[in-house]
Amino acid sequence: MNAISCRSVNKVFGTGRRSVTALQNICLDIPEGEFVTMVGASGCGKSTLLRTVAGLEVHSSGDVCAYGTAIRGPSAERAMVFQNYSLYPWLTVMENIKFPRQLSVHTRNRTTSDVEVASGRADALLQLMGLEQVADAYPSQLSGGMQQRVAIARALMARPRILLMDEPFGALDAQTREVMHDLILHVCALEGCTVLFVTHDVDEAIYLGQRVVLMAPRPGRIDSTYDVPLPGNRAVEMKHSPEFLALKSRIVERIRETSGLRTDLELLQRLARRTK
Amino acid sequence: MNPTALSSQPGRQPMTHPSLAAEHPGQPANDGTVSGAPGQQRSRSAPFWTIRGWLAQRTYWTLAAIGLAVPLACWALLTTFGSVNRVFLPSPTDVAHRLVTWFSDDDLLADFGISCFRVVAGWALSAVLALPLGLLIGTFRVVQALLEPLTDFVRYMPAVAFIPLVMLWVGIDEGAKVAIIFIGTFFQMVLMVAEDVRRVPMAQIEAAQTLGATRGEIIEKVIIPSSKPALLDTLRITMGWAWTYLVVAELVAANSGLGYAIIKAQRFLQTDKIFAGILLIGAIGLAIDQLFRLLHRFAFPYLHTRS
Repeated sequence: MNAISCRSVNKVFGTGRRSVTALQNICLDIPEGEFVTMVGASGCGKSTLLRTVAGLEVHSSGDVCAYGTAIRGPSAERAMVFQNYSLYPWLTVMENIKFPRQLSVHTRNRTTSDVEVASGRADALLQLMGLEQVADAYPSQLSGGMQQRVAIARALMARPRILLMDEPFGALDAQTREVMHDLILHVCALEGCTVLFVTHDVDEAIYLGQRVVLMAPRPGRIDSTYDVPLPGNRAVEMKHSPEFLALKSRIVERIRETSGLRTDLELLQRLARRTK
Repeated sequence: MNPTALSSQPGRQPMTHPSLAAEHPGQPANDGTVSGAPGQQRSRSAPFWTIRGWLAQRTYWTLAAIGLAVPLACWALLTTFGSVNRVFLPSPTDVAHRLVTWFSDDDLLADFGISCFRVVAGWALSAVLALPLGLLIGTFRVVQALLEPLTDFVRYMPAVAFIPLVMLWVGIDEGAKVAIIFIGTFFQMVLMVAEDVRRVPMAQIEAAQTLGATRGEIIEKVIIPSSKPALLDTLRITMGWAWTYLVVAELVAANSGLGYAIIKAQRFLQTDKIFAGILLIGAIGLAIDQLFRLLHRFAFPYLHTRS
């Protein structure tokens, strides 16, 4: 059974003449445990598709299923990591990570040993993310990279079967991002999570994904998918391998083609015309 | 020659000056040069007028004191040397003297007490009703559609104009005064609370949803704690408005209270008492405002910590 299954999903914002087709005839199957990344020019609907799977947006037609059940709204089995501003500033780092434990979904039918396990999990996540030093700090005292680590730890605390990530490392510097890549690959493999990961960084998409889905804008649709020809256990050196670079240039080229502007030259010519 | 020329140049520091000004806020307070540094800054005009610039604590309070002292001095000079009639413009000492006799002979404390009671009662009644109502308006579109246009309409009606109605419906005792203050603050407060609640970032709410929070849990564990600091600010601001409605409220058949004392003083041409009453209400308002700010500091440490 597929963890995520989209069958001719359409999503239209607004009605009448002003309506915008955000998603058109999306068909996508993601088997359990797969790490799928989505790239595409801005406005291609990749975030909308992710939010639809999360249950935060309602699609106009078609079927969106998680483990064979139609999605009718957000659920604890599909945790989402946002780009930013999703942490609770009034809670400390540790309290943020433990937040899911306050919710009835995660406390129902729990025994004392479950509580102990959960407590150990919070500590383990804290250490895994390198946050022991700042466990009692407030999010506003942390850097952007640290804040995202807290957000990921909090999402994992809920033991989701599916992890949805909306450009989670978009605001991080290159070094932090590389560390986060290895960390997220490791954790997701360990947890057996199915991951749908939206990014605008093609390097990131290839390095993390077993499959890269390329979306095109106006109307938002799936343009093509690429199986990543790299071994399961990724290592930084692979970013320089010929397979990696070949795939990267193919994807970058395709994004450029679908974004409406065919070449950089044309872009520059447009720019020159404007400034005259 | 050369070394002296070089060493004399940093003394003028025309080039390094902007970077010095930028570095200054980061300097530790225990540094010996700090007390001298603002002095240096004062001699140059640029850092003083930096957009959203930084100001030494001492400079700030000195300026604040000047801002308060200058009007007071003008007032004193005008009444001492100017040709204004003391009946219409009493001197600061007249006002101070009146305040003392009001306290000793005319039972200032009783006026103060009853006015405080009216203001706080009217404001608290507003808060008790406006907080849940505003929370519902800001959270559920259905409630917003149902109540916000109505509230928007009512809040533009002048509270003063309700006095005749209030007297007919509520009577002329304490309830009437509380009711006027309630009408003056409630409708604004509802809309402000609704706005505070609406400002809770959507990402905070959506994160809770994808972690499996129910509707009730989102309200209890995300929306309320997230909007609490803004709500306390709203309560502080509306408390200020409640005080401005006091005089209006005490137009209604009162025989005690600060507002009533001001109205009565007009009848006897006691402008010094009018001044005393107005200044007193201002001072009480300022004191309560500062208490709210202090409470804000204690209640929301996460907003007042710097890394």
